[in-house]
Amino acid sequence: MPTLGSPGFNADVVAALPGPAWLRQSRLAAWERFVSSPLPSESEEIWRYSRIDDLDLGRYSPLVPGAAAPGAAEPAAAPGAAAAAGAPGPPPALGQLPPDVEDLLAVVGPGATTLVTRNGGPAAVLNPQPGLQLGPAGEASEERLGNGHGGPGPDIWTVLNAALVVVPWKAHVAAGCVLGAPVVIVHWLDGDGGAYFPHLEVELAEGASAQVLEVVVSADIDALVVPLTTLALGPGASGQFVQVQLLGPRAWQLGNVVSRVGREARLRCMTVALGGDYARARTDSVLEGPGGESELLAGYFGTGTQMHDLRTVQHHAAPQTRSELLFKGVVANQAHSVYSGLIRVEKGARGTNAFQTNRNLVLSEGAHADSVPNLEIEDNDVRCSHASAVGPIDENQLFYLESRGVPTPAAERLIALGFMDDVLERSPLQEIVGWLQQAVAAKLASTGLGTAPGSGGPGAAPGGPGPGSAAVGARSAGLGSGSAGLGSGSAGVGARSAGLGSGGGR
Amino acid sequence: MSELIVEGLHASVSGKQVLRGVDLAVASGEIHAVMGPNGSGKSTLSHVIAGRPGYEVTAGRVLLDGTDLLAMAPWERAQAGIFLALQYPVEVPGVSLLDALGEAYEASGRDRSALPRTLVEEAEKTGLDQRFLSRSLNVDLSGGERKRNEVVQLGALRPKIAVLDEVDSGLDVDALRAVARRVAELCRQAGIGILAITHYYRLLAELPVDRVHVLSGGRVVATGGPELALELEKTGYAAYGEDEREPAGGALGGGGRGLPPSRAAGGAPVPVQPGTRGRQPH
Ligand SMILES: Nc1ncnc2c1ncn2[C@@H]1O[C@H](COP(=O)(O)OP(=O)(O)OP(=O)(O)O)[C@@H](O)[C@H]1O
Ligand SMILES: [Mg+2]
Repeated sequence: MPTLGSPGFNADVVAALPGPAWLRQSRLAAWERFVSSPLPSESEEIWRYSRIDDLDLGRYSPLVPGAAAPGAAEPAAAPGAAAAAGAPGPPPALGQLPPDVEDLLAVVGPGATTLVTRNGGPAAVLNPQPGLQLGPAGEASEERLGNGHGGPGPDIWTVLNAALVVVPWKAHVAAGCVLGAPVVIVHWLDGDGGAYFPHLEVELAEGASAQVLEVVVSADIDALVVPLTTLALGPGASGQFVQVQLLGPRAWQLGNVVSRVGREARLRCMTVALGGDYARARTDSVLEGPGGESELLAGYFGTGTQMHDLRTVQHHAAPQTRSELLFKGVVANQAHSVYSGLIRVEKGARGTNAFQTNRNLVLSEGAHADSVPNLEIEDNDVRCSHASAVGPIDENQLFYLESRGVPTPAAERLIALGFMDDVLERSPLQEIVGWLQQAVAAKLASTGLGTAPGSGGPGAAPGGPGPGSAAVGARSAGLGSGSAGLGSGSAGVGARSAGLGSGGGR
Repeated sequence: MSELIVEGLHASVSGKQVLRGVDLAVASGEIHAVMGPNGSGKSTLSHVIAGRPGYEVTAGRVLLDGTDLLAMAPWERAQAGIFLALQYPVEVPGVSLLDALGEAYEASGRDRSALPRTLVEEAEKTGLDQRFLSRSLNVDLSGGERKRNEVVQLGALRPKIAVLDEVDSGLDVDALRAVARRVAELCRQAGIGILAITHYYRLLAELPVDRVHVLSGGRVVATGGPELALELEKTGYAAYGEDEREPAGGALGGGGRGLPPSRAAGGAPVPVQPGTRGRQPH
């Protein structure tokens, strides 16, 4: 069990948070609920393989907004990214974002409606668009109290988020309105020792359509980050959502993305998890209206001693609904990943189609991935399948590339990046695909796998990649040209898989 | 001028002795065919030359210009000048031809900026649709497209010696002609030495072979000129029937029947020199 016992986590702190009366009340109600609920433990199935028992809330303090964050990094500490006057970039109040985030915002385009918060504080909206209301939520919502979804019960951390959220941001798109530009919300965190509760509610009214990018990013701080994102799609709405997690290497995340998909609505929802020390990301999608569809995607890449912990619930509560899930991850060095997924089909949700695929690539001997698919089906007129795999780089693929003269480390790099490509290419925001590929390549470059080709044996050719050429391996686009490679003799590979295998067919 | 020499090669896979004494030599500008019944060890030979994992070489040598290939990693062999066109080209999701060959170019110090154009040209010469150049390698390619793709790579990489494992199988008539002509051209113009594994005489009708080797039961049991291929086309391998049983006592090979007497005496197809372990006609 994680320990509660932080002086910073108490009713007084909750009461002291600013906001309108309804929000203060809703926080206190959530707080009551949080303290009266048991904290999770690894003995529960949904927390199995997690690190939740290591959580020590006492190490973190919920930051009160407006007050300078303790130990906040000096703006200069965030490298590069000069916010030139007039250039699209972070709002002046913010300071500077890391260059990779700046690049991401740049590819989304200067026309995007953008909101950048720092340590949960207030922020201004850039480029408002007609039909979109973006700002602090005006009233309580069910999701905020963790009541909004089924599956194996709500996640207690959604309740803590509701209790300690500073500004519950909400994006509402009016009925029938198709937003012309994406909506981007960046939660930038740089206060060391803080506990943060990023909160975003996306509501698409009937027939509305929007693209939303949420970025959870921190400096290299010791922090607990408990984000809650809710996506509510009204009848016939179409939502494209991507969450990119770029937390620093010491941060802990306990995140939730909860979606409710209405009649004939269509959601495409992607999570990209790259940062964090321990980063949990739970995705629940409730198909609550007939004919609703969810496409759930994730790409995660762990290096060093990182652990990415992904849990999913595809909850079919209405007939003729469809959900399709593809989660792909890579673990390198001593990283660990967990995927566990549940497809739950309620009685009466006849005609359901639910597919779940999880694949994991294990690049180093010390890394491992767990994959646990589950089905819970109460109706028999359904089509469900799940498939999961954990394994090292395919020997035949490796040999094929090597037999063309591709050095082993470069071949491994190409295969690993290629492995991630098919999920990244399905990004609901197509304009960020290239950025995602670069980010994954940078991540791979950081593994240290392959900084020097094995030996320079008899056939080692001149001009091969040396230790200095560990350029991020961007691949070629079309018939363009790619970049220099990494090298290395990567170690053998070991994989542990729970529930390897596949059920049903597609 | 380069030469690939295979000497007394014995190799096993999963404990099964598959190659039991293979001797042959291919030099720049030469075209050799290897023919033989299914399961006789042709692909195994190609894999052992290229260094595919899973094979154990129990005796013999493979030399490229005097350098011991068997001591090298597969990619080092390729960089040294060996190319293998696989019988079953592997799908590599998310990796394009351009990415892969770009890395190979870079490792050999070649300018990869020239590659896109080279690939387009090679694709044209081999009749491969250009859209395959930037798609995932072999993914969703038909059998014939995969073979053309291998030949495009051959043209782009320009090795010293190329081992082509059934590059003709699964090709329609036109594709066969295009592929064979391109291979012959590469041999003639770039001096690439070709070791072409095939089941079909019709490949050799397009590809001017210098030598034909018959592999049976893991041994080269006959070597001759193109007329040997024609003969095989008519009579099949019955005369070269293989015998895979290990003789009691476990010595390597030893069970092969060698050449039928008529052929051994006939002169035209020259029997290979005995003297490699385990090749004793009886
Ligand atoms: N991995 C393996 N494990 C066990 N036996 C194998 C393995 N690979 C090949 N063999 C066996 O080795 C023998 C030679 O196989 P090989 O693929 O070299 O034949 P081939 O001459 O290329 O046949 P084909 O004309 O059908 O392509 C066969 O009997 C085959 O079953
Ligand atoms: Mg074969």
